[in-house]
Amino acid sequence: MKRLAGTLLLVVAFGGMLLAQNALLINGAGATFPYPIYSKWFDEYHKANGTQINYQSVGSGAGIKQVTEGTVDFGASDGPMNDDQIKAYRAKNGTGILHFPTVLGAVVPTYNVAGVSGALNFTPEALSGIFLGHISKWNDPAIAGANKGVNLPGNDIVVIHRSDGSGTTYIWTDYLSKVNSDWKDKVGKGTSVNWPVGLGGKGNEGVTGLIKQTPNSIGYVELIYAAQNKVPYGSVKNAAGTQVKADLASVTEAAAAAAKTIPDDFRVSITNAPGKNAYPISSFTWLLIPEKFKDTAKREALKGFLKWAITDGQGAVENLSYAKLPKEVVDKELKAISKVQ
Amino acid sequence: MSTSSINVPSAGPIAGSRSFLSRLRNGDEVARLVTFLFAASVVLTTVLLVYELWIGAALSRHKFGLAFFFTRVWDPIAEQFGALPFIYGTLVTAAVSLLLAVPLGIGAAIFLAELAPQKLSDPLQFFIDLLAAVPSVIYGLLGVFIVIPMMREWVQPALKNTLGFLPLFQGPVYGMGFLTAGIVLAIMVIPYIISVSREVLLSVPRDQREAALALGSTRWESTWKVVVPFAKTGIMGSIFLALARALGETMAVTMVIGNTPTISSSLFSPGYSIAAVIANEFTEATGDMHLSALIELGLVLFLLTFILNGLARLLMLLTTQRGSGMGHA
Repeated sequence: MKRLAGTLLLVVAFGGMLLAQNALLINGAGATFPYPIYSKWFDEYHKANGTQINYQSVGSGAGIKQVTEGTVDFGASDGPMNDDQIKAYRAKNGTGILHFPTVLGAVVPTYNVAGVSGALNFTPEALSGIFLGHISKWNDPAIAGANKGVNLPGNDIVVIHRSDGSGTTYIWTDYLSKVNSDWKDKVGKGTSVNWPVGLGGKGNEGVTGLIKQTPNSIGYVELIYAAQNKVPYGSVKNAAGTQVKADLASVTEAAAAAAKTIPDDFRVSITNAPGKNAYPISSFTWLLIPEKFKDTAKREALKGFLKWAITDGQGAVENLSYAKLPKEVVDKELKAISKVQ
Repeated sequence: MSTSSINVPSAGPIAGSRSFLSRLRNGDEVARLVTFLFAASVVLTTVLLVYELWIGAALSRHKFGLAFFFTRVWDPIAEQFGALPFIYGTLVTAAVSLLLAVPLGIGAAIFLAELAPQKLSDPLQFFIDLLAAVPSVIYGLLGVFIVIPMMREWVQPALKNTLGFLPLFQGPVYGMGFLTAGIVLAIMVIPYIISVSREVLLSVPRDQREAALALGSTRWESTWKVVVPFAKTGIMGSIFLALARALGETMAVTMVIGNTPTISSSLFSPGYSIAAVIANEFTEATGDMHLSALIELGLVLFLLTFILNGLARLLMLLTTQRGSGMGHA
């Protein structure tokens, strides 16, 4: 009896191994922000095609590291790799690495101010002043000036930021660096920064939780998170002077406006984009794909997936509150996919 | 006379001893060897851990040297890192938690071991064991949804009004901060203190109590003056177990401490602890220097725990009386 069970087990295991080897498995890791849409895409693509793509949302930083080390086939990041990281990749792997934007996201200012139920209007001066600690009361003229008719209290502003390293922080600090030279010099942009003021919450959930609990507070969260959890958020004045409340159309417009000057490697920041109704705190999220693939099957599968994702796949993104890529960017990307060899 | 060649076996290593391999056939020796290997593996793991931390922190160690312990700045963009705010936060929250947990814990243990009827003691102990088993994230949620509002609405304003002349209770009231983290940590470590202290108190020999009572002491006097000092070493052991948990606690602390690297004399101020910053920043740390600084912080925490445990042992050694239970240090 024992012998039979042992043999059976061996056969099943062997058979399982054979089966597993037949299906093509591609591994990726990286940003948490696009994880919902990536999961959906990988699932749909697998149903249509049989290719299995396995993605771990460990964070942009870890994604960049793992694709450089070669432990995964592709990476994903909310912020483009900087020159040093690209150099390090080339040094370790002998080839370059390419960036492909997949969806768009945005970061919105959320707040909890006593007596204010509607959307507040924020200007770049107000936001950078608040986060630098220069503006400390809600009824400061910089804020009141854009919100005529709203009764702002004289309470101190409690600033809430992310305590964990995140792409959301990268986008927010990138925007502040562009609109305020003081911020650029003192703090800079990154996934983790040395915040001049404020308390830290872990994750979008942590920040939202703290804001709900702390009167007279202000913080920033992803648009998707705010939309899906019905968190009230304010509008931001863009470079053209319009107060824009973030929604999918305004985010796509920000990308379209930047698309005309987008570099060939797609490493561009689209915060504070020109465009009448562009939302100024938007960003791409990228897939990081090596320039040369040794495994031809994997390469073709990944290229096929990418083509599908930026064309047919875009139909699924708005349901999950991501913004579509503008047509100009998609066209440019389709041409660039041939660079993967 | 012919000398027949008789094969005299050589005397061997030492007459009477057996070779290692032949000794191994004895079950006792095997047991001794195996258990020795188990114990050695624990030591080996610790050594390996410290070695890996040391190597990982090399970049940061070479850049900052000893100044790492005294710098207040934590700037991942400018790549300036200093451990002081985190060391301060870790020590302050641990101190607050122990200040609250030790009297409550030991008092409860004395009640459960000495003064409570059996019917009350056993169910209460069950609940305390349950408390000890609750995951720390749950305590973090408890902290965010119950303790923080309580602190912000009642406790901190009350403290500010009554004891506001002390620098400990000044400054803006957010609800989160050192005091809140200390309170949540206290709730987490009390079950450890109670469980271990209760066991130790129960193991004090009956004749000690009976002797005290026979000499005319009251129930409380015999408990406080005879039983508790006899169990002092074990009770201190429970306190250091609690301290170890308080120093290393990550999730619950990061949810209520405010995650701001500041050093402030006020307990209302938000702060940061070593475990919290590592948990928050490790996954997204892209720069090698940033990673190395975080690993060095891990090494610092290890060092802190090591020093505090050493001091604890020293304290136990100095205050252990002869003839008390568990008198070996």
